[in-house]
Amino acid sequence: MTYRFRDLLALEPLNADELTFLLDQSKPFQEIQRHPLKKLATLRGKTIALAFFENSTRTRISFGTAASRLGADTMNLQAESSSLKKGESLLDTVHTLNAMKPDCLVMRHASSGAADFVARHLDIPVINAGDGTHEHPSQGLLDALTIRDRKGSLENLHITILGDISHSRVARSNIHLLAKFGCRFTLCGPAMWVPRELESIGPPGASIRRVFRIEEALEDADVILLLRVQTERLHEPALSAGDYILLYQLNAERLRLAKADAIVLHPGPMNRGIEITPEVADGAQSCVLEQVTNGIAVRMALLFLLTSGAVEEGNVAVAENQPKESTHASH
Amino acid sequence: MLLIRNGRVIDPATQTDALRDVRLDGDKIVEVAAPGQIQLDAHNGEIFDATGFIVAPGFIDLHAHLREPGQESSETIETGTKSAARGGFTAVCCMPNTKPVNDNASVTRFILDRAKASASVRVWPIGAASVGSKGEAIAEIAAMRDAGIVAVSDDGKPIATAKLTRQVMDYCLSLDLPVIEHSEDVSLAAGAVMREGVTSTRLGLPGMPAAAESVCVARDVQLAELTGARLHVAHLSAKASLEQVRSAKSRGLRVTCEVTPHHFTLIDEDVQYDSRYKMNPPLAARDDRKALIEGLADGTVDAIATDHAPHEPALKDVEFDRAPFGVLGFETALALALEQLVHAGRISLMRLVELFTTGPAKVLGMERKIWPGQPGDLTIFSFEQPWTYDVKQSPSKSRNSPFDGRQFKGGPVAAIVAGRMIHKK
Repeated sequence: MTYRFRDLLALEPLNADELTFLLDQSKPFQEIQRHPLKKLATLRGKTIALAFFENSTRTRISFGTAASRLGADTMNLQAESSSLKKGESLLDTVHTLNAMKPDCLVMRHASSGAADFVARHLDIPVINAGDGTHEHPSQGLLDALTIRDRKGSLENLHITILGDISHSRVARSNIHLLAKFGCRFTLCGPAMWVPRELESIGPPGASIRRVFRIEEALEDADVILLLRVQTERLHEPALSAGDYILLYQLNAERLRLAKADAIVLHPGPMNRGIEITPEVADGAQSCVLEQVTNGIAVRMALLFLLTSGAVEEGNVAVAENQPKESTHASH
Repeated sequence: MLLIRNGRVIDPATQTDALRDVRLDGDKIVEVAAPGQIQLDAHNGEIFDATGFIVAPGFIDLHAHLREPGQESSETIETGTKSAARGGFTAVCCMPNTKPVNDNASVTRFILDRAKASASVRVWPIGAASVGSKGEAIAEIAAMRDAGIVAVSDDGKPIATAKLTRQVMDYCLSLDLPVIEHSEDVSLAAGAVMREGVTSTRLGLPGMPAAAESVCVARDVQLAELTGARLHVAHLSAKASLEQVRSAKSRGLRVTCEVTPHHFTLIDEDVQYDSRYKMNPPLAARDDRKALIEGLADGTVDAIATDHAPHEPALKDVEFDRAPFGVLGFETALALALEQLVHAGRISLMRLVELFTTGPAKVLGMERKIWPGQPGDLTIFSFEQPWTYDVKQSPSKSRNSPFDGRQFKGGPVAAIVAGRMIHKK
């Protein structure tokens, strides 16, 4: 088993074996997070370009830390300093970055499909660190790793996703990944945040239903995935925080409607008191901090797989060197 | 003098489908006769052997953007009409959303002067319905009509309000001009970059529902009924809009509509973050495409129009949501119609020719016919000759076609405008 793509643009085109492979490759890197000395020399001499055209703190730090723990150097481009502000096109910006000869480009962008667009024009691996409201594949993988660790398996779980699913790239990546393992989904939120088309975005035969009452959504849930209510982003239409809390906030009482061993995930940053109460966020069922730690392991595995190419330096994981195709070629 | 010999003349106006020789002299057709009947010694001009080809009245495109004046880096009247000629078009109606907007007679005259100096085919300007197409005040439509416009439209957007639409319709009724509407409820479409559906949801791209179009078509049809004006619905893309046009026609209203080749060929599922698939109205759902083809077959649709909308590569080669709307259309229109409609067994060749000739002519209140005394405009095309569209060979200044590299069976062979062969493959 190996990873057959040059890039990681989305989880949608990956099958269950490939996803399992990526999760398995993350295992040894999870181990490293527990070591007192966390730095490897695996990617020494490699350079990772981190291009965050949209503001990000945790994902940027997570990829940066992953690169540094592999011994790679990073070059950083951030939205505030971006030449896009000076009118340069995205294509010119990434061609300029590419001319500095990085071995991999990790990019976040506010436009859905931006990573796909850039990958078509570059000859180095591109990792999508979130594109608009499309996908956030490394988040989907770290969520799955967290779920698999807690539940023992990803097979046939009941996943409940709460909130603004329509605008969530995290929700899409989670659906595309977990549906491949037979998970069924209940999507819950106000109708404008949960359009009925979401029921059809999964692979053929996927079980995805939407409900509008949180009590119904939580019933029998194995995993509850919360999404941040993006108070800084204007929604069409805006929903008042008070109404959201009334209808959809996950509190301890509502959490009891789920299975006793249900777990709660949140991609962060959390709005305590809005989509989640502090006691749920800090409770035993919450996995939010494990998600953060697993994020580094997953991103180390991805950077390793996509940039190492040859096996000889790899002492933790194995990747075969063979011609890679790009993910966008297959969907 | 030009003699077109032995072609299969298909002429909807006279219901002719037979081998004919057609002789042109000056800018007119002067003789139509059975093959061999025209005395060759009397003809000392060019002879075109059309054996195996179809000879049709000159194709008219009701809907194109030639970008001049103002956006000459994307297209000019010269480059756009060269591309039109390659597509077999002999007349092109150009939309008024230039810079400045064609909302007064001096801009209309500028366009016609540029056309006289540089155009390969006839250029028929469409004037703006409102000043600057801003939807506030009625433009100087009578002066533009006298300068040479053939219709009015605020294309790119609808006439802003129902009240102004009603006033424009009333005014155009008295001026005997059709009102061409880009029917779109701009509030429903705000921010959208494609049709709303499973694909837009999957791709995370903001979508507009079909109702963004059909809500406005409903408004426009009812206002056409109220005023009695001639309403032509541009680039109709939704099944619900088509049903309203069908019902309007059955009630005897003077309502017509056009459909673009990209809408009867592609659907929203074809969108893959490739901005060459981004246009407005956006590619519609599978069911809409099916309905459009039915409408093309049953006569509800009056014309195939390209909505040729060139954008230079620097504008179009960007993130999908930041790219401008629009695709090239002239050079692939006929071949797509042959492929999707005729070879697919949905319409006859006669009906295809009608959709490119007498259909659009009727919308403009004109005639199109292969008959002595008629203007010498002819389109010659092949029914089966294989060819591949290579956008790099296009005389257009832009390259935004989703059909680059597509293999076709049949397509334009020659275009004759005012008795002159202006394009020959």
